[in-house]
Amino acid sequence: MEKMSSQKECLIDEKEHLDKKDLHRRDFLKFTGAGLAGVALLGLSSCKKDRNDDDMSGNGFYFGSGDIAILNYAYALEQLEAAFYIKVVNSPFSGITDMEKSFFTDIRDHEIAHREFFKKALGDKAILDLEFNLSGINFSSRDSVLATAKTFEDLGVSAYNGAGWLIKDVSYLLLAGKIVSVEARHAAWIRDLIDNGSFANQEVIDANGLDVAKSPSMVLQAAAPFIKSKIDVKDLPTY
Amino acid sequence: MNLLNVFDEINNVDPEFTDRISPRREVIRNMTSFGKKITLASLPFLISDLFKKAYGATAPTDVNGVLNYALTLEYLEAEYYTMGVAASNLIPSGRPLGAITTIRDHENAHVKFLKQVLGDKAVSKPTFDFTAGGTFANVFSDYDTFLALAQAFEDTGVRAYKGQAGILLGNKVVLTAALQIHSVEARHASHIRQMRRARGGGAANQKPWITGANDSGIGAVVDPVYMGEDNKVQANVDITTLKGVSGNISLAAATQSFDEPLGAEAVLNIASLFIKN
Repeated sequence: MEKMSSQKECLIDEKEHLDKKDLHRRDFLKFTGAGLAGVALLGLSSCKKDRNDDDMSGNGFYFGSGDIAILNYAYALEQLEAAFYIKVVNSPFSGITDMEKSFFTDIRDHEIAHREFFKKALGDKAILDLEFNLSGINFSSRDSVLATAKTFEDLGVSAYNGAGWLIKDVSYLLLAGKIVSVEARHAAWIRDLIDNGSFANQEVIDANGLDVAKSPSMVLQAAAPFIKSKIDVKDLPTY
Repeated sequence: MNLLNVFDEINNVDPEFTDRISPRREVIRNMTSFGKKITLASLPFLISDLFKKAYGATAPTDVNGVLNYALTLEYLEAEYYTMGVAASNLIPSGRPLGAITTIRDHENAHVKFLKQVLGDKAVSKPTFDFTAGGTFANVFSDYDTFLALAQAFEDTGVRAYKGQAGILLGNKVVLTAALQIHSVEARHASHIRQMRRARGGGAANQKPWITGANDSGIGAVVDPVYMGEDNKVQANVDITTLKGVSGNISLAAATQSFDEPLGAEAVLNIASLFIKN
């Protein structure tokens, strides 16, 4: 019975998926492997398997909907950043200076503060601890660490900038605003470490002087290679 | 000569200095001392009341109001950096001049963008006096003073945009654009703080992020810019009670990890020191 309804849901989602003409959404779901619609790409049997996996994990990576989903989305990104910087500080790249070590420790603590804050604020609505794949990063290489840090910080800024208008509760919006400028301060410092003066160059700032803003689906697509856990973002507001 | 010294010296020599240089300053001074005697709850009302009396302006209440408020701050920053870049022998050539030129171009782009969005609703550019009536007389001849004021403007700008987010709730176009400007200001603030750190002296411990209240090394004159940045409680969660790597999150990290908003009245009070009427 449960299996049948699950299959039915899959078929409906598959149809819905085929109806979608939006390339971004389709790509996003494919890349993240998240949500039933994305899994439907692989056919019905995969869909069943995915449902079982979900059941086994107790659906602990379901983001929820509305503002809760957006907070879990931010929580997921902060988890990723915190995991990355914990490793950066624990296994410093060769040639790291005292100032760099000190500032990376600051950044690590900021990301942990953000992560723990979201966990506490979400309470029983919080997703579980995500598993990450950071194997592509060479933590002993300055270039590799800085390039990854730049990617994460710029992505974080674009994520908060792009999700702001989706937030319904004004106090959550303000919190996002309090965090995003700190991420931008990080991004600028890391960019300057790579190339002094690139804190706000044309890669990230357009002709109107505007920073990057990305929809949640675009951000998760970019973050997908680093996220091992199967997240369920089917009710996450996006555009 | 650095800014901190200027202020210490002036106040040592002439305690009435603040009273004399500008009636606006007196309003602010009175407000500050008055503020100590009254309850916190009545403060916002009193500030806005005094502000209206002093300047005939009010905090924005709608989307266009926010955009014009933003435009006023961008006019200020754009003109500041335009004058700074144009001043001879102020900013060292090479990377420093490159960075300030980048920032100038962004502020000019923000002005152009906001004017386009507002159309005929756009306010016109005020007349600025970046010496604040002579207080910062060397702002375009002393590089450290120039950078110190730049940091104060950028950190204020970041706080100002945050303070208006509520009015733009759910507005895809305007809120998103405001956030996109807001994070650029934060990138600028981060870089200016690094430039000041590299100069050493009173700014030697400057970090790209804000630690506690007024970490600027500039002195009490910029206290209003950093007022409330030492907040450690977010949505009823005391950040220092959260678990960090070894023990709880430190107070320094707790204040650094969240930038605080600043209300329109407080921002306009800061800006108005540099606006000639």
